[in-house]
Amino acid sequence: MSRVKTITPLLAIVLISIALPTIVLASDEETEGSFFSDLPVEMNGFYEMRGGYRMQNDKYEKDMSIMESRVQLDLFSYFDWGDLKFKGDVYGDLVTEKGYFDMREANIFTRPTDFMDVKVGRQILTWGTGDLVFINDLFPKDWQSFFIGRDTEYLKAPSDAAKVSLFADWANLDIIYTPRFDHDRFIRGERISYWNVNLLRLAGQDAVVHTDKPNDWFRDSEIAARLYKNIDNYELALYGYHGYWKSPAGQNITRTQAVFPDLNVYGASARGTLGKGIANAEIGYYESTDDLSGKDPLINNSEMRYLVGYTQEIGKDFTMGLQYYIEQMLDFSAYKRYRPPGPARDRDRHLVTLRLTKLLMNQNLRCSLFTYFSPSDKDVYMRPNVNYKASDNVAVEVGGNIFFGDYPNTFFGQFQDNTNIYAGLRYSF
Amino acid sequence: MKSTWMIACLLGLGLSSLAAGQTPDVQTIVNKANIVAYYQGEDGKASVHMTITNKQGQKREREFNILRKDVADGGDQKYFVYFKKPPDVRRMTYMVHKHADPGKDDDRWLYLPALSLVKRIAASDKRTSFVGSDFLYEDVSGRSLEEDTHELIETTDDYYVVKNVPKQPDSVEFSYYNVSIDRKTFVPTKMDFYDKKGKLYRTIESTKVETIQDFPTVVTSVVTNLQTGGKTEMEFKNVKYNIKLKDNLFTERYLQRPPREAMR
Repeated sequence: MSRVKTITPLLAIVLISIALPTIVLASDEETEGSFFSDLPVEMNGFYEMRGGYRMQNDKYEKDMSIMESRVQLDLFSYFDWGDLKFKGDVYGDLVTEKGYFDMREANIFTRPTDFMDVKVGRQILTWGTGDLVFINDLFPKDWQSFFIGRDTEYLKAPSDAAKVSLFADWANLDIIYTPRFDHDRFIRGERISYWNVNLLRLAGQDAVVHTDKPNDWFRDSEIAARLYKNIDNYELALYGYHGYWKSPAGQNITRTQAVFPDLNVYGASARGTLGKGIANAEIGYYESTDDLSGKDPLINNSEMRYLVGYTQEIGKDFTMGLQYYIEQMLDFSAYKRYRPPGPARDRDRHLVTLRLTKLLMNQNLRCSLFTYFSPSDKDVYMRPNVNYKASDNVAVEVGGNIFFGDYPNTFFGQFQDNTNIYAGLRYSF
Repeated sequence: MKSTWMIACLLGLGLSSLAAGQTPDVQTIVNKANIVAYYQGEDGKASVHMTITNKQGQKREREFNILRKDVADGGDQKYFVYFKKPPDVRRMTYMVHKHADPGKDDDRWLYLPALSLVKRIAASDKRTSFVGSDFLYEDVSGRSLEEDTHELIETTDDYYVVKNVPKQPDSVEFSYYNVSIDRKTFVPTKMDFYDKKGKLYRTIESTKVETIQDFPTVVTSVVTNLQTGGKTEMEFKNVKYNIKLKDNLFTERYLQRPPREAMR
């Protein structure tokens, strides 16, 4: 995993046990004049325990899919000249039997002029209109956390970047410069088994993916831009990205390491009211510049990606969101002619998503189901979740990550031995 | 446009004081009450503290700051909400472009800082709970006067009592509601909602009214739901009017990084 520091499990336990009583005390409003309330710092966070198991045997992975104890600390301070933000997680992980420190945010924000905002440092970045489907959002994702049942917050991995936003009447512009490539926390076999294209079978801890990643400061940089405007509350945007495929999208010539080939993306999106709901549409051209002809069997071809979506309230506190997404491989005939042995991809991957969310008991109980279904790959990924806020501070949840498919090599079908259920308890302060 | 409204209001006030003792017509009463309840000043801010108590007596709290700017008196408005409590919603921001035209849904956005995500909210039903409280979204943002027919059913020494009947009864859960409006200040002090069988099931009371910058202001109100046994008290503190909020404050830029006015 990128930039998550390993610490000893003992240190993690010590840190968590020291932090817990301190933060519980600090969050108590009666402790006026305590160390924290004297500083111009707002401190928040949570303590969480989360455990889960695979529903079936996976011969390449442990039965335990998640088992961890975590403290998140969120420190925020603001001055006349700007804001300071720090957010970090310490957790002890019984699946890997290690402790970790994951610094999620550490940044300075300032508004130097009326028409400019600047944010520098480690930050979470998001844009685009898709719901758990990303076209022009090329900021790092943590697919492993997503699939093992961590909170959705962890799907977004942090970037070390500088974001400059310019505002004018005719349009607004965001430019994000990442001096060193931030890749996804992708599936590499450590705790999620996957289809290995070289072995032509499922694999996991026996074949952890090794990568050769662009890793030089300033030379292996990424730049992303968004030009956007709101016309009568219809949000229109143009996007551009120059960098690398965020998850491995090819291999080196000896097929020993996965690589992140060069990638440019050009796209557009629109979002606004339609009828009783919200409609969105997004498009992106993925230019795989290391293989423009599509003939290189080791590098992903260029693609077009399309998305349309619609969300509407269909009952009291009951919302439904539907999306249709297509990934279209360009240079498909070149792919077919030069492709390596093994199961072939279709030219187009079709994906339908359905989100159902119902709030009950004064909105303290949230039942949700997010489903990905691909009629072309014939695979399904379902994310049921029930979250109950027992009080203003305590929440409990149970959920699952359910994969099935007709083939072992498709996008979601390859994960079918990873189907898991989990439960979590969170105390927020 | 704004100034025309102001002049109209001033004239209206002048005329009413000239004609003291005479009962204004019901449309004038509800128009004035609507302005007093939701459109005081050109803009404003407040810190809101909510205590939600369920039938079992369990309490939950909400704390947020709210900014408001009127596009037109009695018409469109923009709201900005910055959540402070409970901890799981802390620093979330919520923005509403309210449309007075009953045919047009409000535009609503929610910003989730943990995901850095600007979400567009597809809620067209205005009679759902506001942040899990017994207040409904419409109680907080104001129900369009054009949605109901109004009838002055009683004039006491202190109050006008107006009966409001929805023009589209199927769109709401009540059959009608009565509002008691203070004759001097035009502050709505009590609302009684009756269900489809004509039984009282929900009340909203203004339990504390103060004059702030010459504007009569409800600083505490309580909603009681007789059906569920739930109760929510809403307190407004640090109320300020005419603070010259900029128009561009109600945009995605500030949703992602709230203005200082909203944080303090």
